Amino acid sequence: MSHWEVVIGIETHTQLSTRSKIFSGASTAFGAAPNTQACAVDLALPGVLPVLNRGAVECAIRFGLAIGAEVAPKSVFARKNYFYPDLPKGYQISQFELPVVVGGSLTIQVGQGDKAYEKRVRLTRAHLEEDAGKSLHEDFHGKSGIDLNRAGTPLLEIVTEPDMASSAEAVAYAKALHALVRWIGICDGNMQEGSFRCDANVSVRRPGEPLGTRREIKNLNSFRFLQQAIDYEIQWQINEIEEGRKIQQATVLFDPDTGETRMMRSKEDAHDYRYFPDPDLLPLMISREWVERTKAAMPELPEAKKQRFMADYGLSAYDATALTAALDIADFYEAAVVAAGRNAAKPCANWVMVDLAGHLNKDEKELADSPVSAAQLGGLVARIADNTISNNIAKKVFEALWNGEGQTADEIIEKQGLKQITDTGAIEALIDEVLAANAAMVAEFKAGKEKAFNALVGQAMKATKGKANPQQVNELLKKKLS
Amino acid sequence: MIGKPLKELGKALADKEISSVELTQLHLDRIARLNPEINAFITVDAEKSLAQARAADARIAAGLAGPLTGIPIAQKDIFCARGWRTTCGSKMLGNFVSPYDATVIEKFDAAGTVNLGKTNMDEFAMGSSNETSHFGIVRNPWDRSRVPGGSSGGSAAAVAALMAPAATGTDTGGSIRQPAALCNLTGLKPTYGVVSRWGMIAFASSLDQAGPMARTAEDCALMLNAMAGFDEKDSTSLERPTEDYTRDLEQPLKGLKIGLPKEFYGEGCDASVMARVQDAIAEYRKLGADTVEISLPNMQHGVAAYYVIAPAEASSNLSRFDGVRYGYRAPEYSDLADMYQKSRAQGFGAEVKRRILIGTYVLSHGYYDAYYLQAQRIRRLIANDFVEAFKQCDVIMGPTSPCTAFGLGEKSADPVQMYLSDIYTIAVNLAGLPGMSIPCGFSDLGQTRLPVGLQLIGDYFGEARLLNVAHRYQQVTDWHLQQPKE
Repeated sequence: MSHWEVVIGIETHTQLSTRSKIFSGASTAFGAAPNTQACAVDLALPGVLPVLNRGAVECAIRFGLAIGAEVAPKSVFARKNYFYPDLPKGYQISQFELPVVVGGSLTIQVGQGDKAYEKRVRLTRAHLEEDAGKSLHEDFHGKSGIDLNRAGTPLLEIVTEPDMASSAEAVAYAKALHALVRWIGICDGNMQEGSFRCDANVSVRRPGEPLGTRREIKNLNSFRFLQQAIDYEIQWQINEIEEGRKIQQATVLFDPDTGETRMMRSKEDAHDYRYFPDPDLLPLMISREWVERTKAAMPELPEAKKQRFMADYGLSAYDATALTAALDIADFYEAAVVAAGRNAAKPCANWVMVDLAGHLNKDEKELADSPVSAAQLGGLVARIADNTISNNIAKKVFEALWNGEGQTADEIIEKQGLKQITDTGAIEALIDEVLAANAAMVAEFKAGKEKAFNALVGQAMKATKGKANPQQVNELLKKKLS
Repeated sequence: MIGKPLKELGKALADKEISSVELTQLHLDRIARLNPEINAFITVDAEKSLAQARAADARIAAGLAGPLTGIPIAQKDIFCARGWRTTCGSKMLGNFVSPYDATVIEKFDAAGTVNLGKTNMDEFAMGSSNETSHFGIVRNPWDRSRVPGGSSGGSAAAVAALMAPAATGTDTGGSIRQPAALCNLTGLKPTYGVVSRWGMIAFASSLDQAGPMARTAEDCALMLNAMAGFDEKDSTSLERPTEDYTRDLEQPLKGLKIGLPKEFYGEGCDASVMARVQDAIAEYRKLGADTVEISLPNMQHGVAAYYVIAPAEASSNLSRFDGVRYGYRAPEYSDLADMYQKSRAQGFGAEVKRRILIGTYVLSHGYYDAYYLQAQRIRRLIANDFVEAFKQCDVIMGPTSPCTAFGLGEKSADPVQMYLSDIYTIAVNLAGLPGMSIPCGFSDLGQTRLPVGLQLIGDYFGEARLLNVAHRYQQVTDWHLQQPKE
């Protein structure tokens, strides 16, 4: 593998979260009975005309701002002509020569731990277009059914430069893009429902050689498939070349059952789409003011937030990245910090990423449905910070909050008598009892067995039902045994 | 009441001299008598028309009538009308009953007019003789061995034969003005964007514009008042204040500057047509107008540019007629590709197929720049020529058509000859300007008197001015009042 370079570019179709379609007033809601959300425009009745949905343009502007691209002051809708039963007009309205978003880039984190690295993926363009309907080939006794509910759903097609060199980078890019479009609220990111679909253009070459011939893997709707399909395709292409064959430009499909890609059409069968500007739509003009207005309403972007978390809260790059993976996580975290106090920002990060995430995962819950609110979690972390409870006791309190046994950490601590014992006299008395009851261990320790010390700490903590400050117990025990 | 201008019909209805039901029935009777030969209508539905007439009578009785309430209007079969078969002159849509109304139809309904029926037309508005209709040729009421012009030939023949007081047409390259000229009518193609295209079956979207066809300029003004207006359902519709197109009708023409493009007065026009056009210009001078020679140097490329742009757009616009969701589907086919091929091969006529092929070709990879882009450049140059011209004049005049009505079948074998019928009208569509044709006399061809049309071209949004210029001429001439023998 080492003497081969892999070149990958990705095109992603993101379904925009508008209520109505891009050129008609029909609803975009998923899952309705076939053809109940297709109006005259979506059915392409004779004489109907498209009218552009302002909301879809707004989404494109948000995306352009989020990736530092140019939002084109003028872009043009064009017709892409081809015949297919689920394409009612016989053409798709898309953007061709003049797209709405030009350039920009996305910084991605690839890998984990020591091997982790950052990479900047350049974006070529993003353009607005309409989705097609669906052909249904089952249940029609050898015929095909057409469902036009999806026809006219707004898409933003996001195209990268061929900047990725492995399936890992491709997946990291796809994940970062997925997080970003959800972050800025332009796409629900639901991959099962087809809201986020990737096409991967893959080629291989020997170092120093010009770009190899690419094959495009269509319609990958999970990160796992994206990875598997690219890995298979890379190996397939290398084998072909090593066995003396040439790669032919082609469009291929990935079969998740076999894990293989297979040819859909070759370059010879490629359509001539006969693009030309759609005469039913005027050029899309986006004023500077519109862009500025949109900018003012944008949320803080993931990268900026990550840098701020590192600077303000002293988080590591790894923690800051994890906490800015999605806007709701970041918001939850910051709300917890507000409740816990800024000096508890780091333990807050751990609690969100470890305990909360673990519980959510175990109960298969989304953050939005978390039984423990950010304020509750922050309140709990505050009690650790001010030494009211130990970390171990805090886990019990968290469990209690999770199970709805109280409104606040304070209430639970109070009710269950979990407050840490800080009275030195009281602890000393307890330790004396423990030493008396465990003479054998004391003897072992004095004979040089360090392990016995830990056992004694454990006994002392047990005696206080965990309420003593472990550090304090440690120190007092050391003093008594010295 | 037959053959009366709209204003008089409106007054008679308002004064209860006649009811809308009676007026509608009078015209339905004429249709029943004359249409079998003239073939101006594809669909007539007396029940529907009379129901609308009854509603109009109720409205008149309630004192809620507008100027057109109760008047029957023939609608070109290119406008979708709810519950009406809407064919666009094609076998492809022979069975298509529209579930919705075009904005033009909606506006006429709101004005209280009666839909008298759907008029014949060249298939998908592609033609200049009405000979490409799947529903048969239309005969010119002035000489039934001749064509009425096209593509709005059915509308023209219906009004000329007094089967309808007025009709709607659409004009992509001359389809209102040329049949108006050949049938002795007044027809107006408004500025692109003045009348909504919603529900008007598209031929060439950037050129198509609906307008009125009637006996007088005043009738056209009343019709346009009903038809025009911004429509949010049409992105190319222009958001402008509502106009009363009758407001300037009576303005005197003293000092009017008429531009005479030298390109309109050279070779290629029949002498009999040119003589009548010159007479009309002389008449305008008498009305106080001055003439100035102007030039439209790029007009000579207009037909060529048009026959790239219009077919290109049409080839794409007509892709929706695929036999999948509505319209004609071949009875037998082996697979999807075969279904497409057979349905379209059987559903479209020869001229439509020719234009789809031309359009597909000029948009193809490797040819796009040489044809489509080049044509768009020419289009821009032609529009600029008009901008320059209107610095020197208020209105441009010349012939509408280089010839009078030609014989049935005379040009249908030679597409280029047919395309040249629109040599004087096409540039107006390419520039998006308003244009009119008004009757200006008859050619002298022995037995047969054939109408000649004078074309008036105005600056953008100059409809009211054009109507004024036409109206004043119609006050001192009576060509527009001449009617064919039955």
